[in-house]
Amino acid sequence: MTTPTLPPTLEIAGLTKFFGGLRAVNNFGLALKPGDLAGLIGPNGAGKTTVFNMITGVYQVSGGDIRFQGESITGLEPHEITQLGVARTFQNIRLFANLTVLDNVRIAYHTHAGYGMLDAILRTATYSAKEKEITERAQDFLAIFKLENIQNEFAKNLPYGQQRRVEIARALASNPRLLLLDEPAAGMNPREIVTLMELIHFVRDRFNLTILLIEHQMRVVMGICEHITVMDFGEVIARGTPKEIQGNAQVIEAYLGKGVPGAA
Amino acid sequence: MEINLGFLFISTIKIVVVLGYLYALLAVLGHASKWVQIGGLLAAFGIIQLIFSFQPEDAQIINDFDRGLLFQACTMTMVALGLNLIYGFNGQFSLGQWGFYGIGAYAAADITWRWTNNDARGLTGVAIGATLVAVAIFGVRRLIARYKGMPVMSAFTLYLIGTIVACALTMLIAGALDPALKPLFGTKDAPGIFASEWALQIVFFFAVLLAGIVAAEISFLFGLPVLTLGSDYFGIATLGFTIVINTLMVNSDTLLPFPEMKGGRGMIGIPKVTNWFWAFLFLLIVVIVMRNVLHSSTGRAILSVREDETAAKVMGINVADYKLLPFVIGSLFAGLGGGVYAHFIGFLSPGTFDFLVGFNPLIIIVFGGLGSMSGTIFASFGWMFFLEGLLRTILGQFGTEAPTWRFVLYPITLLLLMLLRPQGLLGSAEVGFLRAPKIAARTAASDNPAVTTPVK
Amino acid sequence: MQKANAAQQPSSNRRPGARLAWIGQGFLLLLAIMVVIILGRNLIDNPELFIQIIISGLQLGFVYALIALGYTMVYGIVKLINFAHGDVFMVGAFVSYYAVARFQLHVWPSAFFPDLDPLVTVTLGSLSVILLSMITCAALAITIERVAYKPLRDAPRIAALITAIGVSFFLEFFGALSFVFSPRFIPYQRPFDVVTWYIKDGIYLVEPGKAPPAGSITFSNILLIIAVASILVQVFLQFLVRKTKIGKAMRAVAFDKPTARLMGINVDAIITTTFAIGAAFAGLGGVLYAIAYSSIWSQLGILPGLKAFVAAVLGGIGSIPGAFIGALIMGQAESLTAGYISTPMRDAIAFTILILVLLVRPTGIFGEPEKEKA
Repeated sequence: MTTPTLPPTLEIAGLTKFFGGLRAVNNFGLALKPGDLAGLIGPNGAGKTTVFNMITGVYQVSGGDIRFQGESITGLEPHEITQLGVARTFQNIRLFANLTVLDNVRIAYHTHAGYGMLDAILRTATYSAKEKEITERAQDFLAIFKLENIQNEFAKNLPYGQQRRVEIARALASNPRLLLLDEPAAGMNPREIVTLMELIHFVRDRFNLTILLIEHQMRVVMGICEHITVMDFGEVIARGTPKEIQGNAQVIEAYLGKGVPGAA
Repeated sequence: MEINLGFLFISTIKIVVVLGYLYALLAVLGHASKWVQIGGLLAAFGIIQLIFSFQPEDAQIINDFDRGLLFQACTMTMVALGLNLIYGFNGQFSLGQWGFYGIGAYAAADITWRWTNNDARGLTGVAIGATLVAVAIFGVRRLIARYKGMPVMSAFTLYLIGTIVACALTMLIAGALDPALKPLFGTKDAPGIFASEWALQIVFFFAVLLAGIVAAEISFLFGLPVLTLGSDYFGIATLGFTIVINTLMVNSDTLLPFPEMKGGRGMIGIPKVTNWFWAFLFLLIVVIVMRNVLHSSTGRAILSVREDETAAKVMGINVADYKLLPFVIGSLFAGLGGGVYAHFIGFLSPGTFDFLVGFNPLIIIVFGGLGSMSGTIFASFGWMFFLEGLLRTILGQFGTEAPTWRFVLYPITLLLLMLLRPQGLLGSAEVGFLRAPKIAARTAASDNPAVTTPVK
Repeated sequence: MQKANAAQQPSSNRRPGARLAWIGQGFLLLLAIMVVIILGRNLIDNPELFIQIIISGLQLGFVYALIALGYTMVYGIVKLINFAHGDVFMVGAFVSYYAVARFQLHVWPSAFFPDLDPLVTVTLGSLSVILLSMITCAALAITIERVAYKPLRDAPRIAALITAIGVSFFLEFFGALSFVFSPRFIPYQRPFDVVTWYIKDGIYLVEPGKAPPAGSITFSNILLIIAVASILVQVFLQFLVRKTKIGKAMRAVAFDKPTARLMGINVDAIITTTFAIGAAFAGLGGVLYAIAYSSIWSQLGILPGLKAFVAAVLGGIGSIPGAFIGALIMGQAESLTAGYISTPMRDAIAFTILILVLLVRPTGIFGEPEKEKA
């Protein structure tokens, strides 16, 4: 399964979440090797985003364990988890709306900015050098995502597709090993989706990442994911390659049973 | 019952001149050349200093009333900038700013009052206390950093214990030091070096600085648990803080061991040390520190918390820390403002720090624009010269009750502003010096190793 | 094996600080023990005084309950701290003052029906004064809601909060103008006389002009009236919210405004109704407060308003029984602080309790638990 030197990037076992009496996620399990590009699918309300929220520490875990690169991250604060190397995007894009695109990305460098508040107040040489480095790195990221021309725009003024790209750029700028994408293709037109799929592949290879994504657009999931985990009612109902999943009777039932055909 | 048109005209001109002065100052500080910046700064300071120094007694350009307005505008700007940092830039709705302002005023006043009464314990006590409490806070912080996930109540308890120990130590040290310092004041006939005018100026500087630090330390202890409450509850708790501080001021001679503060009757005999140099200097320090913090990685972290806490957390930002930090800095500014205020007014009454008056800085930052330093500066000065200066005097001509009308007009203006332009007059726009540097798009992108080869 | 172990103990290895919760708990426990010791010692030393303080705390608590209901209902439905609520309470007190002192409204029954039993006359007269105050306050609240809050319903919440502060200021200082209310304390004329009883081996009437015997516990008809009114209002609101159609609509609006609108509920009308009901009971509270403490001024509403809000938060904002219980706790805390610690600190205690309770239980005593966020 895994090479002895590299522990699995993500290893989840028995993950459970209660909201009051409601069991939103039950005994969820998942393992990702370094470099995997995996998908998490399921009907609405299946608990996919809740799993993301628990991996990133936004929700407290009710039970189970999450290991990242061999170490347990269960119960850590979100910022601690991010600092260890997990980054994510949100289903309903959560950019810093009143900040510029450049500042959105520069915020990701905060934890390794390399200078303190005193440097900033006194405007020391360290401040100038590090601030320049941060800015340049952020601009390089924007260039990769073809956003360099709008770096001084406010995030809230961007069209939807660009906001998604800024969010992914921002997540990558925090230098993650594992990237969680929550419905990256939502609201995109077919042409944008093709670009997005290429982008995800490119990002994975270029930054040597492990990627887990939630997606409703079956074209995306089946097109780029190597493994797929299917959830329904908070439980894993199937796992496998896209081919296996497409033929899985339980999965088809979960989707059709809800009256919603999977493919869009 | 007739409005004095001449007064109205002169007052309007004054307001325009003051706002123009501020604009010019900010613009010149924003100039690329360092020499232009320094020259502009000296000129801005010098013009007013020259007027103060050389204006004839019988034809004053800046009379005592305007001088008062000017100094009050400076302190109000410091307080309001602090509040804008907390609320406008960080998004934490605080009504506690006025309490910290009061703490600063009383702390600084107590130091210099004691000093002029040949008692160095005010200075030594607060200086040693502030230092030891700072040491305790940093010590406990390092200790806590080793125990991730400690509940906030436990952390607070540890900080509290540290602070109490530090204060107890301070009492011992300051008391022991006193007999050695006392002779330096000399006697009435032969004043010692401590009794000189220069000594008082230096003590004043440290008194204001320490007042800010005391306010900051109290805000740290208070903010640590209270900032976890969430915005509305935080607002109410900070309002409660202001009320409690005010209660303590009213009873400073009975509940607290400070007979010189004279409780509700008000503290008198504070040396009037604040002059234009000090007011200008402290305001400048506050403006520069705040601007430099905001235009840095720390500033971006502060803003991200306002924009979206969850997204900020997921970007690796410790949201709890970055709520506490602006709160502490903002309170520091309020404390400095209080110290400066106490020493030009010379008299402190708890009524000045009533929580109803405490809404003024809030109204100012809302007017100027939440998240705009320039807006706050203009609004503070405009507020002082227009509402406190012009309107109060004009309304005063309509009988004794008319000044109350001022307080009827404020809220109506506030309501209209909220309905018509909720982002404030300037929104988040900045002027000159305070504007974020515009960053040009990068040309040679692909040859940066930082991106082409990932770190680690 | 290792995995199964980890699943049982999710958050131990990376959270060494979680085990140190006892430090904070110990601190709180210490505080609690100190409070119990102080109260217990005083109870043993002078039980009569202690009960007397409890009784005055009850009176205060029941008035706070009337104000807190309005806060909790409005906050529950539009998530707005209606700062002006305390000032509506003040207006209620002043309306009754004018009705009684200027227009003699409380004696109208004897003018029309001179033969009525005096008790009936006083009751009818006082009730009409109270009703007038309640109606005026409701009308005032509807006006405020329509003019100031409604246009801001889709604006950021904080804009509405600042507006509320503005409205509150306006009422306080407009009320301070001498042709409106009063900037100074003025004595309040009660629509009925105070009757006091004392308890010492039985309940006896205190003769007018005579002091009750030493060591007795006294209470007045005002306490009884306030208690009865407060409890009746509480029962009425419970009934309204749980059993009637409008109550169901309120709960629906509080839960999810867009969906409620889709369900055919007139959301704006429900919100206005909520404001009006809350204000009416604040008006009632204002009259009773003025009757109990017999001195009023234009800033009368600020502190009781704030404390009532704290009470509502304490009980769990949005919960009507919570507001009631919270208000009673607040009344006791204030009364006991004034009695045993120091009178000036009684304003401080409310906020200290607020902070402590919210830290231990962020949703208040009767608050709803954590919900899933989108």
